[in-house]
Amino acid sequence: MKLGRVLGKVWATIKDPKLKGVKLYIMQPVDEYENPLGKAIIAADAISSREGDLVFWVSGPEATLAFDDTQIPSDASIVGLVDRLDT
Amino acid sequence: MILCKVIGSIVSTIKHDCYKSTKLMLVRPISPKEEIRKGTIVAVDTVGAGKGEIVLVASEGRSASELLEFKCRMPMRSVIIGIVDTISLKSGSAA
Repeated sequence: MKLGRVLGKVWATIKDPKLKGVKLYIMQPVDEYENPLGKAIIAADAISSREGDLVFWVSGPEATLAFDDTQIPSDASIVGLVDRLDT
Repeated sequence: MILCKVIGSIVSTIKHDCYKSTKLMLVRPISPKEEIRKGTIVAVDTVGAGKGEIVLVASEGRSASELLEFKCRMPMRSVIIGIVDTISLKSGSAA
């Protein structure tokens, strides 16, 4: 998993039906000093995070498993809110 | 697996159920010559790794769920599965 900062939101009315009701956030992957790591991406939110939150997220096939009931077509899902980083 | 150095830990109360009662560490990939690389990773610790230690990180979900004996697969990838004692690198260029 990696760290990310939630920067904004994306709405899409016409989309894969499995993404219905899933919040899509604009998220910037960051390192422990909040320096950006690569480009901002769109991540599906599985823990009701909000804009501005520091989160951790999972990429790849495991991202489809972030929602217990259905498997969503996502390759990046936010799975945790970071309260504190101890480095 | 990849070699990483533990640089810290994360406190997170709101998270997916599969992360409940897991220890979340912050690690940075390192080269076999122990040069720290970019790309901070959040990894679940299963072996009691501490800050500054060099560890072995597996980055694939199936192994994560098997390691933590979860029935179903989980939205989790990076797991610390070992603490490295020594690295002996024969000659040759290891990127």
